[in-house]
Amino acid sequence: MKRMKLLAYPYSVWMAIFIVVPLFLVLLYSFTEGNIHNLTELRFSTKGYERVLEPLYLKVIMNSFVLAAISTLCCLVLGYPVAMIVSKANPKVRGMLVMFLIVPMWMNFLLRTYAWMSILSPNGFLNRVLELVGLPRLEIMPGKTAVLLGMIYNFLPFMILPIYTVLSKIDKSVIEAANDLGANKIKTFMRVILPLSIPGVVSGITMVFLPAVSTFVISGLLGGGKTPLIGDLIEQQFMWEGNWHFGSSLSIILMVMILISMAIMSRLDRNGQQEDKNPVKM
Amino acid sequence: MKKILASVIVAAILISMAFSLSGCGEEQVVLNVFNWGEYIDESLLDEFEKQTGIKINYKTYDTNETMLAKLEAGGSSYDVVFPSDYAVSEMIRKDMLLPLDFENIPNYKYVDERLKNLEYDPENKYSVPYFWGTIGILYNKNMVDDPVDTWDILWNPKYAGQILMKKDVRDAMGASLKRLGYSMNSTNDEELKQAQQALLEQKKIVTGYYGDEIKDMIANGDAAMGLTYSGDFMDLYWDESADFSHIGFGIPKEGTNLWFDCMVIPKSCKHKKEAEMFINFMLDPEISYQNSIAVGYTSPNVEALNRIRQEMPEVFELPAFWPDDSILENSDVYVDLGDYKSVYNQLWTEVLVD
Repeated sequence: MKRMKLLAYPYSVWMAIFIVVPLFLVLLYSFTEGNIHNLTELRFSTKGYERVLEPLYLKVIMNSFVLAAISTLCCLVLGYPVAMIVSKANPKVRGMLVMFLIVPMWMNFLLRTYAWMSILSPNGFLNRVLELVGLPRLEIMPGKTAVLLGMIYNFLPFMILPIYTVLSKIDKSVIEAANDLGANKIKTFMRVILPLSIPGVVSGITMVFLPAVSTFVISGLLGGGKTPLIGDLIEQQFMWEGNWHFGSSLSIILMVMILISMAIMSRLDRNGQQEDKNPVKM
Repeated sequence: MKKILASVIVAAILISMAFSLSGCGEEQVVLNVFNWGEYIDESLLDEFEKQTGIKINYKTYDTNETMLAKLEAGGSSYDVVFPSDYAVSEMIRKDMLLPLDFENIPNYKYVDERLKNLEYDPENKYSVPYFWGTIGILYNKNMVDDPVDTWDILWNPKYAGQILMKKDVRDAMGASLKRLGYSMNSTNDEELKQAQQALLEQKKIVTGYYGDEIKDMIANGDAAMGLTYSGDFMDLYWDESADFSHIGFGIPKEGTNLWFDCMVIPKSCKHKKEAEMFINFMLDPEISYQNSIAVGYTSPNVEALNRIRQEMPEVFELPAFWPDDSILENSDVYVDLGDYKSVYNQLWTEVLVD
């Protein structure tokens, strides 16, 4: 046991240098103003946070959370049935289906977003096909719809995989028992399968919502930069405006909000796990 | 079968050892070159490696601001960077550059005398011009039936949803200021406020804010017009893979931005002599000619320009390549705004997030 502890040291040191120190710096910058390259010249200030509270920027934060919530919901609605289908497929096909889900992720995310750009753009692939068959053109890019599509596309596998894992681990005999006791398919699903899959759903939601709320680039490319999200705003501060203090304040606010949503999710998860024992025992 | 496999593996190990040993003999110099995207004929990099044996690690950026942010953040070492005029002054002011040793850059003599000792580097100690050009409106002749000779067309509601704006603080604010009759370097709060108001007004009819994507989107017919660099037009003009004769480029009569992109050596440089070799290489008339044709911008190299003038005199009729003197008279070269930069930045961020 003691030896195992020793093995954890390299990782602890790694964490300290590359996670704790940068986090501390972000916190420091968020509460100061002045020259970022000289720590002695920093003065305490809450200007960064005051600027975050301006209605203009609160709207950006709101937008990010709403878009992230919508795309998480869409991923859940689309992803759950897919996870079901994959988990019920026969083992040979199943491996291939999982492959199909994972292979697109091997390609760089930026490249895939550019691909979406040339599909959705006003004179892009989709509209040319629509025109060819005589249908009206779709004016979705640049716009929120295109951003949502891009987000759902990029994050869907993160919803499907955890749900699939949980579903495929459900003990078959539990379902058989439900059937023996006279439950029809819908009832079996509602009272047995769904409650048992909640942990997968919760981790799926977390894994989609977190990257979705802090995403950038997608909104810039597919949305034409007209409705920037909080991730774009942070990038703008560090890469263009050079205002690290405001950028850090935004990052801290985003982190706090993510922590709160994670706390809510883990509560839901715990409640779900307590509940899901009941139908099985029944 | 196993024997063959074993001998193949042994051979592979021996070969890789031979290579790594020869590598140990002399430390190979790697030059870190940091340039704008789509801003060099990349075959020239191979050519340089072949001629000198110096390896090039080539990276790109899309605005002066991102480049400056990256250099200021530290932690990275670049040997040659390509800032524009105002960014050169800012880098000189912030003591980020090394003075060039012109002994090592004999090809500097080919640079047009009019492009030496300009305001951004008055004694020409730190920079060598790389390309120069203007900004203007790239448009699709089939989608625009008004003359494209004024900034107002970017504000014309007739083209709502057909307009792309450059996602760059100086270019967007500059165009808006110039349209209102002010200097692109204005430091008057009232004028800037008006320019910002105009950009907010314009946002209702703008399709999107993009960077290098604008050229491809206009060429693809995704939008009718966009604010972009003169070289984007020349790039399409010289593109032999497709016919882009329906694409035009207009420079507004109110005047525009005249810019000079330069080659400089930042203080983080580790191989100054090799970096100067690279700069000298890029100034070679033959290389400069090839680069100018490939990238599309106007070369500062007199010899290269003369050759282009002989081979294709029609290019000098194009405002994107050789703007009229009358246009240049009204145009501004961006200057380093100093502390006022943050005012521009904040106004621009407010436009984007609104």
